[in-house]
Amino acid sequence: MNKINQKLQEDKKLLSIYFTAGYPNIDDTVNIIQNLENNGVDMIEIGLPFSDPLADGPTIQASSTQALKNGMTTEVLFNQLKDIRKSVNIPLIIMGYFNPMLQYGVEAFCKKCQEIEIDGLIIPDLPVDVYHDEYKATFEKYGLINVFLITPQTSDERIRYIDSISNGFIYMVSSASTTGAKSGFGDEQTNYFERIANMNLNNPQIIGFGISNNETFTQATKYAKGAIIGSAFVKHVTNGGVETINEFVKKILI
Amino acid sequence: MSYNVNEKGYYGKFGGAFIPEMLYPNVEELRQNYLKVMAEPEFQKEFNQLLKDYVGRPSPLYFTKRLSEKYNTKIYLKREDLNHTGAHKINNTIGQILMAKRLGKNRIIAETGAGQHGVATATVCALMGLECIVYMGEIDIARQAPNVARMKMLGATVVPATSGSKTLKDATNEAIRDWINNPIDTHYIIGSVVGPHPYPDMVARFQAIISEEIKWQLQEHEGTTKPDYVVACVGGGSNAAGAYYHFLDDEDVQLIAVEAAGLGVDSGESAATSVLGREGIIHGSKTLLMQTNDGQITEPYSISAGLDYPGVGPMHAHLYKSGRAEFISITDDDAMTAGLELCKLEGIIPAIESSHALAIFEKKQFQPNDIVVVSLSGRGDKDLETYIKHFKL
Repeated sequence: MNKINQKLQEDKKLLSIYFTAGYPNIDDTVNIIQNLENNGVDMIEIGLPFSDPLADGPTIQASSTQALKNGMTTEVLFNQLKDIRKSVNIPLIIMGYFNPMLQYGVEAFCKKCQEIEIDGLIIPDLPVDVYHDEYKATFEKYGLINVFLITPQTSDERIRYIDSISNGFIYMVSSASTTGAKSGFGDEQTNYFERIANMNLNNPQIIGFGISNNETFTQATKYAKGAIIGSAFVKHVTNGGVETINEFVKKILI
Repeated sequence: MSYNVNEKGYYGKFGGAFIPEMLYPNVEELRQNYLKVMAEPEFQKEFNQLLKDYVGRPSPLYFTKRLSEKYNTKIYLKREDLNHTGAHKINNTIGQILMAKRLGKNRIIAETGAGQHGVATATVCALMGLECIVYMGEIDIARQAPNVARMKMLGATVVPATSGSKTLKDATNEAIRDWINNPIDTHYIIGSVVGPHPYPDMVARFQAIISEEIKWQLQEHEGTTKPDYVVACVGGGSNAAGAYYHFLDDEDVQLIAVEAAGLGVDSGESAATSVLGREGIIHGSKTLLMQTNDGQITEPYSISAGLDYPGVGPMHAHLYKSGRAEFISITDDDAMTAGLELCKLEGIIPAIESSHALAIFEKKQFQPNDIVVVSLSGRGDKDLETYIKHFKL
């Protein structure tokens, strides 16, 4: 069974962390992954940096720009990860924009992911229908879970459709925003969280965007299976370096 | 073969809407409504009235006597430079502001490179009394001070894009991010035939007035609605899309697209996307774009700020790949020389973008009886400083 599905079956709320590969330093990738696993994080999104990250706010943009300057490429990332399964067991997801995958070759990309035992992909700018018509078979051939996003503006009908073609979890974007734009949840968010929880979808939901501390993590996981922290973690690593990851995770999980 | 968009938003294999889910409702609302709204008689009436009374259309189709003599062929200029705000850009912003009003939007955002589209957007927002925010690369703000001042005078807020390379592509990213953060009340006026479907088609339809007029104007001049060639410069490609639109499926009319070679196609400082680009995704569209082997979008170069976009509209990618249009690239130097030549021979100072289109007469021989229509997309006032520097005037 895919490690993501296994993890989703555990009777606990999940903490997933996003980080940008090759940031702050090009060789930090493996170290960060090991650190996150050792400190009790449940799932990791490895950000493949892109020059034009449309859905991201300033923090992840800046980390992506720096990672590219450091020399990060798709090939370099795959090389860094080639022995990753010798040291960690945590579910690993690559999150990146579609163009670098397209240039690598979607099938070659998926094949490589299977070789190094990546469990899933999140590709914000690969539309649901294009995935369904052109790439679903390839993803499935290589055992990869594709994770789709929904937002407060996504219609119930479309959510049902997305649920029907998902095979892991649904990434619930907490508010209409880019990453790192807002912090904390108001009535609008909690109403939306409740609405989705009441839809009884087949796939569990994990909430992302706007989660930065124990309070927002607890709020989000009241309604969903887990929560994802991205910008706040990238900021922490920027300021404190990779050695202080334990402090960050401790504060979230208390 | 049709060269127009299909019902799924593709030109051949190019186009589509490769956007994050956060943008889906905005783009979908537009997709479902744009054709319906544009077909409303009231919309058409208001659009045409504004083009006539406010923009100053129809723009003349002018037969150049001395230029034609020099190159021994019949050269007509479609004078988009005479439009209000000085370029073809206003055709699109008039159309989109009327669209935005009908969709109930009260906040307008736009991207701009050199500032021409920003000015055209600020202009129509002032006209309609709508809030206007223009994203512009920090580097472009520094080098295009007069247009920044114009936008401010027209009541727009100019927001510097400080991410990435701090130019047009980053301004476009910032505008898209703004739209993600403001999904309900905001309309994004894209300035060219780029971006996710339905933008390339919608912008092409608003610019199609250019070729619609060429047809009846040429009938008056030459007794035919068909030129032998239509020539236009291509950055994103909106003036070319408008100049080609009504000739796309008539293969008797040959289409020539002129791209900016910058310092030379092989110099590393170029914006000739058709030659240097590969298929990929930029700003929500599958098209040809300049990128590294690894799929990172690279920064193009041209002396003309309106042509240095790393992608090209999906319609043009299809025209290039299918061979329907001939693509020619022109260097900075050749464009500048052609611009100065038009000043001397015809008393018209062209925008440097348009000068690229004019430079093909040194590259390509036409027959004496050929009717060649060149889209003179903009006037050169904005480029005076560049002309001064280049020719040490």
